[in-house]
Parts: sequence; C-alpha cells; structure tokens
Amino acid sequence: MIITCPYCGPRDSSEFVYQGEDGRTRPDPASTDQAAWNAYVYDRVNTAGEHEEIWQHSGGCRAHLRLVRNTLTHKISSVSMARHATVPRRRRKAETPA
Amino acid sequence: MVDQLSPLAPVLTPGRQGQGPMGVVLAEIAPGSIVQVAAWAGQESALIAIVRDATGLALPDGAGGGIATDTKAAFGFAPGKFLLADQEEGLAAALPKAVTSALGTVTDLSHGRTVIRISGTRAEWVLAKFFAIDFSLPALPVGAGLSTVHHDIFAQIQRSGADQFDIYVFRSFARSFWKSLCHASEEVNYEVR
Ligand SMILES: [Zn+2]
Repeated sequence: MIITCPYCGPRDSSEFVYQGEDGRTRPDPASTDQAAWNAYVYDRVNTAGEHEEIWQHSGGCRAHLRLVRNTLTHKISSVSMARHATVPRRRRKAETPA
Repeated sequence: MVDQLSPLAPVLTPGRQGQGPMGVVLAEIAPGSIVQVAAWAGQESALIAIVRDATGLALPDGAGGGIATDTKAAFGFAPGKFLLADQEEGLAAALPKAVTSALGTVTDLSHGRTVIRISGTRAEWVLAKFFAIDFSLPALPVGAGLSTVHHDIFAQIQRSGADQFDIYVFRSFARSFWKSLCHASEEVNYEVR
C-alpha cells in the first residue's frame, strides 16, 4: 500500500504508523466517568468501507495525517494534514442518540 | 568549541575498491554546523527570511525545497522545518538571536548527525537499493531534500549536485550505515575520499 503524504509525496506504507480511528474524543483527564473512558479506549466504529483514520509519517516528515481509506479495498480517497482537518467528522456510535 | 569526532574514523579508509571505472565516490563532509530550525504555524515565511539573512541561502518555499553551495546547505524536510549546514562552526550560536521563541525553535545537531556524501554516475542506483524513493533529477531537483528511513535508520537526504547526494544520519547509526553503503557500492566500484 502506498500513502501519498501531502508533504513528502508517495511513500511505502512501512514508513507510516497507524494511530487508529479518527474522531475519538478523549475525556477530560480529571474525569472519573468510567463509561466515557471505556468508550474512548475500546469503542470503535469498525467501518466496512470508507474509514476515517489517523496515520503518522514516522519514517518521513513525522506529520500526523488524516486518511479516508476503504477498509474493503485499501483504496485511499483522501489524505490531509491532521492539523488542517476540515472534513466534517462522522458521529461516533456512542454519540448516536438511543 | 568542542572538537567534533567522526564515528566513521575507524572504518573510513581512503582508496579505491574494485577494478575499472568508479561508479560512486563516498566521503564524509563533516559540516562544522548542523542546525534544525522549525517555524510555528504561520511563521514559515518569516523563518525563511531569517535563514536567508543568517546564511545567505535563499530557501525556496514549498515541500522539500532547498539550496546547496560548496560550503553551505539548507532544505525543508517536514512542514515548517528546515535543516541547515555550514562548513563553519557558529550557526547554532548565531541563529537563536534571530529566531525568537515567538517565531520557532533552533536545535543544534552539529554533534548529533553525520553527513555522508555519495557522488558519481551510479549514485542514484546505489541509493535506490536503500530507499523506496524516486531519486531521478525531475523528481528530486538539485538542492531539494527529503526525509525517509532505511529500516530503523532515519535519513535526511539532499541532492547537492546532479550526481551528488548528502545523507544526514544519526551519528550513532553512522558507522553501520557507512558499512552498508560500502557493501552496496561494491557492485559498481567505489572510491573513498
Ligand atoms: Zn511526510
């Protein structure tokens, strides 16, 4: 798999480290809300299809990137600097009203 | 200043290896100053202007843009981050006066990096054995730089001439990388200078 870093250009995926699903919201560090921490640590959308995720170009410019990758085909449809992320994030399962 | 000691000293033996034309020349260029400068978001142009005033090098804007002269070099290797090298000492002492904490940071790497120069008609070929990078002239013009990795050895590479590349590696990995580079160069014959 090749990831096209916005700064470095196309690079082998071995230069990158996967940092998980995008859109996780870390609870306040002082929080003792077990359910919120459990959701943050364990709950994943686990999408089959277009998946929003964070990678770090650890073997290159070291920037954090936001990808949209199709988990069925590995096709990457979008790469941007995570700090410039402008694409609206999907709602998390935990945030979906019951 | 504290004398710089080369980690390559025990293994760098000038001379020719192989018969016939030499495909590459390997050498250590040992700049007196190696400095990393970084700009906070939005301060990139201001930092590029300071680098120009301090070194005389006009850094082109844009990813991986750089410039190299016989004695000095500068290139971008990450967003807002640039590596500067000068054969003279003193860059790390001079820059913090201009690069204020509101603008960015200055990190002295003069004793932290070893710079290996590979030049010659087969330099691209030898580098292609290490890095999955397009080293052709149109993809990496003279002066341009990049960051990559060979297994666990991080490398920042600048093309300092049409057939010439300067590879910045952590000094603790330099001897290992130098030996690998020599092995990879055997196929094309090499000269150590
Ligand atoms: Zn990158």
